[in-house]
Amino acid sequence: MSDSHGAHGGALAHHFEDLEQQREAHTLGMWAFLVTEVLFFGGLFGAYAVYRSSYPQAFANASNQLDHVLGGINTAVLIGSSFTMVLAVHAAQLRRKWQIFGWLWATIVLGAVFLGVKYVEYHHKWEHHLVPGPNFLFEGQPGGSEQLFFALYFSMTGLHAFHMVIGAGVLIWLSVLALKGRFDEPGRNAVEMAGLYWHFVDLVWIFLFPLLYLLGRHQ
Amino acid sequence: MSGAHNDHAAGGSQAHSHTGHSGGLGAYFAVFAALLVGTWLTVWVAEHDYGAWNTPIALAIACTKATLVVLYFMHVRWSSKVVWLAAAIGFVFLVILLGFTISDYATREWLEIYSEPLRSR
Repeated sequence: MSDSHGAHGGALAHHFEDLEQQREAHTLGMWAFLVTEVLFFGGLFGAYAVYRSSYPQAFANASNQLDHVLGGINTAVLIGSSFTMVLAVHAAQLRRKWQIFGWLWATIVLGAVFLGVKYVEYHHKWEHHLVPGPNFLFEGQPGGSEQLFFALYFSMTGLHAFHMVIGAGVLIWLSVLALKGRFDEPGRNAVEMAGLYWHFVDLVWIFLFPLLYLLGRHQ
Repeated sequence: MSGAHNDHAAGGSQAHSHTGHSGGLGAYFAVFAALLVGTWLTVWVAEHDYGAWNTPIALAIACTKATLVVLYFMHVRWSSKVVWLAAAIGFVFLVILLGFTISDYATREWLEIYSEPLRSR
């Protein structure tokens, strides 16, 4: 008993039988959290579905004000960050400290590029009176239903961007722990759990991109 | 007795902890490439008009990409049954949330009581 615990240092919490069970509990707990996140975003997707079916033309016109090239580039950047994240998790499984550090920072940088592009887009919308509120103008007119689209655009992409800021913060923290050798021993699953979160944020964007940027492109 | 059991379990988990739970780099790279192709395809189909099928096609591509991310990047493919269940239940709840909301709004107009005068009141 003491041998099996001693061999893993402090990595195995005393309430788990072994590292496998501990890892299973970590993974299940993270997924339980992600299910609540699915429903968190799900409410906004529901609002989008209802209002888009009520005002299809206004939504298509409003969507065409978004820059689908920047949106597409950001989609590729985010997918790239998911790829570097999975490489960080892979490095963590092999307990290679510097690889973990490097891939985590590659992910953080790509996340920062995404947020930078998002800032450029938001700034453009602000300049063109496309932020819902008293100054909203759509093609020179006080907007009607187009405002609904932009309200959903800002809440959905804003909530998504907020998740990315949190995620980047977690990754920075993990990169420091990696350098301290925290992931040198087996049973440290933090990088993997942060990976699940980061991929979830990528998943949300995979749906946001076509639903927000591309719905009026064929017109 | 219990000590021997624990030793065995810990040793066993270490032995396959690197191979049993995740794919190799090749699988990750293939998924990454597929996701980029999927993104390009999403943009390409959006430039064309398929009428009522525009949104279903876009969602079908997005769902395919999402499935790849969940199975490979999130390692669900190599995970235990209970993790499969947790991942699937998120999808089931989402279908209930969206399904009931949309079926409510889509069918309100069928009711006499939801006629124009009442609506504009």
